[in-house]
Amino acid sequence: MSDPITRPGVAAPRDGADPTGTSERPASATERGIGRLGDRKKARLDELARASADKGGVSLVRDAFRRLRRNPVAMFGAAIVAVFVLVAIFAPLLAPHDPAQRFDELTKNLTVDSIPGASSDFPLGSDPLGRDFLSRLIYGSRQTLFVGVFATLIGLALGALIGAVAGAFGGWVDNILMRLTDVMLALPALLLAISLVAMASRSSQWTVILAVAIVNVPIFARLLRGSMLAQRESDHVLAARALGVKQRSIVLRHMLPNAMTAVIVQATLTLSTAILEAASLSFLGLGDPDINRAEWGLMLGVDGVRYFEVRPELAYYPALAIIVVALGFTLLGEGMRDAIDPKNRR
Amino acid sequence: MLRVIVRRLLQLVVTLIALSALIFIWLRNLPGGPVDALLGERATPETRALLTKALGYDQPIMVQYAKFMQRVLTGDFGNSIRTGDAVTEVMGRAFPATIELALAAMIIAIGLGVPLGYLAARFRGRLLDNLSIAGTLLGISIPIFFLGYLLKDVFTQNIHWFPPSGRISTGVDNTNITGFFLLDSLLTREFDVTADALWHLILPAFTLATIPLAVIVRMTRASVLDVLNEDYVRTAEAKGLRHKTIRGRHVLRNALLPVVTTIGLQTGALLSGAVLTEKVYNWGGLGTLITDSISGGRDYPVLQALILLAALVFVVVNLLVDLSYAVIDPRVRVR
Amino acid sequence: MSLLDVRDLSVVFQRRGEQSFTAVDKVSFSVEPGQTVGLVGESGCGKSVTSLAIMGLLPRRGNKVTGGVLFDGTDLLQLRPNDMRDRRGRDIGMIFQDPLSSLNPVVPIGVQVAEVLERHRGMDRKAALKEARELLDAVGIPDPNRRLKEYPHQISGGMRQRALIAIALACKPRLLIADEPTTALDVTIQAQILTLLKQLVDETGTALIMITHDLGVVAGLCDTVNVLYGGKVVERAARHELFARPRHPYTHGLLNSVPRLDSPRGEPLHAIRGSVADNIPWAEGCAFAPRCNNVVDACLEGTPPLESTATGGDLRCNNPVSEEVAVP
Repeated sequence: MSDPITRPGVAAPRDGADPTGTSERPASATERGIGRLGDRKKARLDELARASADKGGVSLVRDAFRRLRRNPVAMFGAAIVAVFVLVAIFAPLLAPHDPAQRFDELTKNLTVDSIPGASSDFPLGSDPLGRDFLSRLIYGSRQTLFVGVFATLIGLALGALIGAVAGAFGGWVDNILMRLTDVMLALPALLLAISLVAMASRSSQWTVILAVAIVNVPIFARLLRGSMLAQRESDHVLAARALGVKQRSIVLRHMLPNAMTAVIVQATLTLSTAILEAASLSFLGLGDPDINRAEWGLMLGVDGVRYFEVRPELAYYPALAIIVVALGFTLLGEGMRDAIDPKNRR
Repeated sequence: MLRVIVRRLLQLVVTLIALSALIFIWLRNLPGGPVDALLGERATPETRALLTKALGYDQPIMVQYAKFMQRVLTGDFGNSIRTGDAVTEVMGRAFPATIELALAAMIIAIGLGVPLGYLAARFRGRLLDNLSIAGTLLGISIPIFFLGYLLKDVFTQNIHWFPPSGRISTGVDNTNITGFFLLDSLLTREFDVTADALWHLILPAFTLATIPLAVIVRMTRASVLDVLNEDYVRTAEAKGLRHKTIRGRHVLRNALLPVVTTIGLQTGALLSGAVLTEKVYNWGGLGTLITDSISGGRDYPVLQALILLAALVFVVVNLLVDLSYAVIDPRVRVR
Repeated sequence: MSLLDVRDLSVVFQRRGEQSFTAVDKVSFSVEPGQTVGLVGESGCGKSVTSLAIMGLLPRRGNKVTGGVLFDGTDLLQLRPNDMRDRRGRDIGMIFQDPLSSLNPVVPIGVQVAEVLERHRGMDRKAALKEARELLDAVGIPDPNRRLKEYPHQISGGMRQRALIAIALACKPRLLIADEPTTALDVTIQAQILTLLKQLVDETGTALIMITHDLGVVAGLCDTVNVLYGGKVVERAARHELFARPRHPYTHGLLNSVPRLDSPRGEPLHAIRGSVADNIPWAEGCAFAPRCNNVVDACLEGTPPLESTATGGDLRCNNPVSEEVAVP
């Protein structure tokens, strides 16, 4: 691109590498024509040259990010997620009270069919045990994020391991691992989670996290395996193989990174379902038994539902929080999927 | 074709056997285990040993499993720990309730979802499309048990359109033949019972339909958008065909193929959702049975049978969906 | 009166938030009854958009079509959508590029042919299928009875294109538009399809608009040729005139880039530099200027007008290839 003004036709990169040399003759012809152009048009031609030179240089990931940033719906999702994470991080600063503390002002008015509402000290009133509802909601973001993230990460890690091993080795290893995921997929998600929690003798926060995680294992495994299998036959892996790159580094350097984009998208979407599934388990009485724990799923599934006719706000607020956060992850995840695969944009 | 069916059936059997073995082995090795569940934690070691022997739990696990499978094949899943009734009998009572609910939900989901998805695609970017996108996003983001309580609150407390819970009003005398209230009352021509059962069915069915409905709308919309861009739709337009012909023969017939798969997969969401919905509306089906078997001390024989039944239904429905492709998609028929 | 008279047809694509793009820019040409007219150019030159605009098949939103498309005196662009629907397939037939994707995969071939007859000739299914059998036979599909019940994936690419031709000609339209009908086919099949088209056009007296990038197709079929570049007609000439004395540097380049068996060994292939995408970034210049060997200052100042030539054609060029220089 040394002198795009005199050779505007060379702007397309492939012409520069024209081996036959036919471009030489036209170049001199062009010089004759455009050499005396006004400055304004020279500048415009420069622009053109730069624009077409840039086209080849933008990487796929950067391209995807650009598309993601331009998608207002995805950005809305990202904003929700960002606010959610910030609230979780700064919960101690935001919450007016300790979420586990029972306040005498609240407990003294507390009966089975009357739960104190808003007051100046407690903007959202009390929970059924005389604790500050607002503080519990704010702290709830932490536990909800914790449950969602760990359930997703554990599911992703196990699934990715199974899928990567199956996809990388193929053959009987693949066969056995995939039959295993078939068995897990034979049960609908929530029923599998219920079975897993029910089979643990005692439920705790970790049984919930693990149950939700395991539900997602076969999904991640299938996804990663499918992507790896597709890539085993793809041109860039064949090229790497032809160059004598070792199997291990083909898998690690070429196949995994490409497969991971799809996995990251799925993980974002899974965060939303994980939070919903944890809430469902709480509702079924299979959640975390720790009464001090403030988690939205627990707050909605246990107290919110139990006192729905007394004080529906106890259900409304955590439900709203869950809906908004689930929506945020879904919008962001789908936006990412569309950005990575523009063919599927709709 | 026949070979495909046989192979799929074999796969199905293998999957179910593997699942049953996993559940069986898991249950036997739990720290609590069935013995604890029967006797409670404070039983003396002697009674425990006695019961362990009586139940055959001292034998090698493979022998136990073989015996269990032998009984299962004769239709004997053991007795409920909670009530002592035969598991098959307990399940037989609950099964029709859940199927009735699930079928009603599926009819709602398909009946509303496909037309709505089509219209959203047809009027892409307009108000209807945006509304349906927003609605479906809300549908998949809302905890459905919460939606259940919300609907219940609005439609049974504030405006008394529907009854709050149960499958039928107390005092309504229904003849029980199959356990499907709607079917039974139609058979016996007790139309007042049909109306009452239907009246009870509407809210739970809509609640349960939420997620499948949202998914079907999204899938139909996406699929129709894809097909509208296909060359053969342009060909159909170039032929000057009437709009109705293009919509039915060229757009929907192609667009609904992937939707059929989605519908099969939504059986899973229905079974999962039924557990939640039934608890909200006190429906008395399999979902209620699951919650009861968990909360009232773990009723392992019932749970085990329920899990296997759910897996069986899910896998069989998806097998049927796959096989139905052979009928509706000529490209599959050849293979 | 011409059968089809396209006057100053322009198509501007306008997407929200994006710059508008003029895909077809004041294109005019006419087609006499029974005549075969070629629209030639690279992909992206606007030839397919022109044909879709004539057929009224452009998406309803996101574009603006101006000018006139007079078919037998009626301006098709002014017709109500349903009146245009009545004419498509009856008065004007169209054949598309990719026969596999242009046929509905889940509907038998027979029905796909028969439905045009049911629609425009009021036949019932049985009569239409009988006629469809005749049509498949006429386009040279062997064993037409069996093919009626078969699906597109079950027959070969050549047969699919024949089926598409049968569909387009089912109602004996007075005009047939063929959009790159041979591009997706094997070379041997291409020749068969072209021969078939020529034969059918001769037999039925149907006028044909042949859209192609392949000059070989033009040479064998067309009476008149319109060369399109950047949405504009840059040269129009009778077939023999165009091949013997191409005037526009683009046409010249196109003809030159066809490999010849009789050229000396070692002679490099001639290519036109760049691609259609290399537009000049300002509106007033000649779109071909960045790739042109004959470019002069005037080319960057404004689009030259389309002017009649001495040989009865039209040309849009400031510095045409001199008439003496024949194709090497």
